[in-house]
Amino acid sequence: MEKTMLCYLIPSLIMFCCGVYGFITRKNMIAILISLELMLNSVDINFVVFNRFLFPGSMEGMFFTLFAIAIAAAETALAIAIIINVFRSVKNVDVEEVSKMKF
Amino acid sequence: MDYSQFLAMKQEIGLLIVFLLVFLYDTFMPKKALNGTSVFTCVVFAIYTALCFCCCMTDTWATTFSGMYATSPAIAAIKNILNVGALIVLIQSCKWANSDEQVVRRGEFYELLLATLFGMYLMISARHFLLFVIGLESASLPLAAMVAFNKNRYESHEASIKYLLTAVFSSAVFMMGLSFVYALAGSLYYTDIYCAISTQPSAMLVLALAFVLAGMGFKLSLVPFHLWTADVYQGAPTVVTSYLSVISKGSAAFALLVMMVQAFGLVYSQVWEWMLYALIILTITVGNLFAMRQRNMKRFLAFSSVSQAGYIMLGIIAMNATGMASLMYYILVYVFSNLAAFGVISAIENNCGKVDMDDYNGLYRTNPRLSVAMMLAMFSLAGIPPFAGFFSKFFIFTGAIQQGSTAIYVLVLIALINTIISLYYYLLVVKAMFINTENGCVIAPFKSACSERLGLWISVAGILLLGIVSCFYNSLLELCQTYGIF
Repeated sequence: MEKTMLCYLIPSLIMFCCGVYGFITRKNMIAILISLELMLNSVDINFVVFNRFLFPGSMEGMFFTLFAIAIAAAETALAIAIIINVFRSVKNVDVEEVSKMKF
Repeated sequence: MDYSQFLAMKQEIGLLIVFLLVFLYDTFMPKKALNGTSVFTCVVFAIYTALCFCCCMTDTWATTFSGMYATSPAIAAIKNILNVGALIVLIQSCKWANSDEQVVRRGEFYELLLATLFGMYLMISARHFLLFVIGLESASLPLAAMVAFNKNRYESHEASIKYLLTAVFSSAVFMMGLSFVYALAGSLYYTDIYCAISTQPSAMLVLALAFVLAGMGFKLSLVPFHLWTADVYQGAPTVVTSYLSVISKGSAAFALLVMMVQAFGLVYSQVWEWMLYALIILTITVGNLFAMRQRNMKRFLAFSSVSQAGYIMLGIIAMNATGMASLMYYILVYVFSNLAAFGVISAIENNCGKVDMDDYNGLYRTNPRLSVAMMLAMFSLAGIPPFAGFFSKFFIFTGAIQQGSTAIYVLVLIALINTIISLYYYLLVVKAMFINTENGCVIAPFKSACSERLGLWISVAGILLLGIVSCFYNSLLELCQTYGIF
């Protein structure tokens, strides 16, 4: 079977939508972080696929992906650090527990 | 490799040197000298700002790294505006950074602040989306750490996690849009994108631009994406809040202007004019309506800054040299007015921990100077004639009207009506300070710290001078007309 661009773009789109859905519905901060990772990774897949299929002559999309992975790692590290801080102060990582400031 | 091309990045390199000096001072100086970290940082940064004013305005166009990075006197002026704001924030932060709670991590605070400023520089100068994304992230990630800086206060953590999660979400959405742009144009250089999408815009381009605008909307707290703003502003340390509301927002606005004009300028009327149009109306109106019911001063200023972001967007939708000059002038005035307001709030909070509007009742009786500074800031934010805020609003409306279509006239009319609404809530603060005295004076007379007073004097001088002396706007306009919209 010949592999077209859609074989890769549709899973990536599903990943992105799952990420958005998870970001909105999850209550656990770690789960929210995982959803965010899903979104960022689907962006990476998009870039690689577009580069590979549409513009095989250059490597711009690949390089963007490399940098995006590094950025995602930095974001996760910082988020985990802050979640640990939150856990220390409320003994929980549930988002319902960190909603003191509203409206 | 030709190393002389680094010379075009004078301002970035200068900032890097300031950063390294502060880092070395903080790491290697003996314990006794560490008390001078704040003064050292302020002095070094002030020298750097002054040097930037002298050297960088005389250059011409320059691009380096095969067009990834560009600078011109107009861009240098934008960076100088940000520098002035950051300098005032640094001066105002001295008292807070030297409090017993923060003193152990004082050095980190300054380093993080300078690192975010560096990221914002890259955002403004980037002419390639990879550099832009790196700048965006290196501006917003250290900011999340700065928001969490009050380690012993719960609100700080809550604000920080809210800020970080929404920031990452928005940059994921933004990068999704970028991947579509990449698929359309085959390159991430602004100029290549500009050439590639000049044909009839496709549905994919509309989707891509919607994603890109949504991502930037989070950074600028435009209305459907503003929900993090009030919580983060309230929970963050007041110094960080003022930095977030002025410098972070200003740099994102400039970067958005550059990106929209340079990469998507040709599809202005087909695609993004209407998106921006809707965003502006929503932002100004909703920001104003929510600001009315806030009692906490920091939340109040958060919603006020949401509606100010709407006015800032008017400078982008104008798409001409006047619009750009008025955008720069607006940000400059906004820097001084908002920092004056936050300076007063932070002085009062540092002294007695009060941040509610009701606590400000009768402030004029006890602390007349602070209340006059606050009054000037509020008048300037609302746009009352003799002060700078009036002229900045006037110019930004003029710039938008020059664009010429009927729809823009309607937009400016809506913005004008909203200015009057905003006058109501800005005057509520003035009323509380000068007229309300029924439950006595809550805040006892106090003498604010020397650094706070210096910061306030600079801000108030800015509010008064920028309104009266016309050469600021004229020189900005001249820059923008000479060098085009970048």
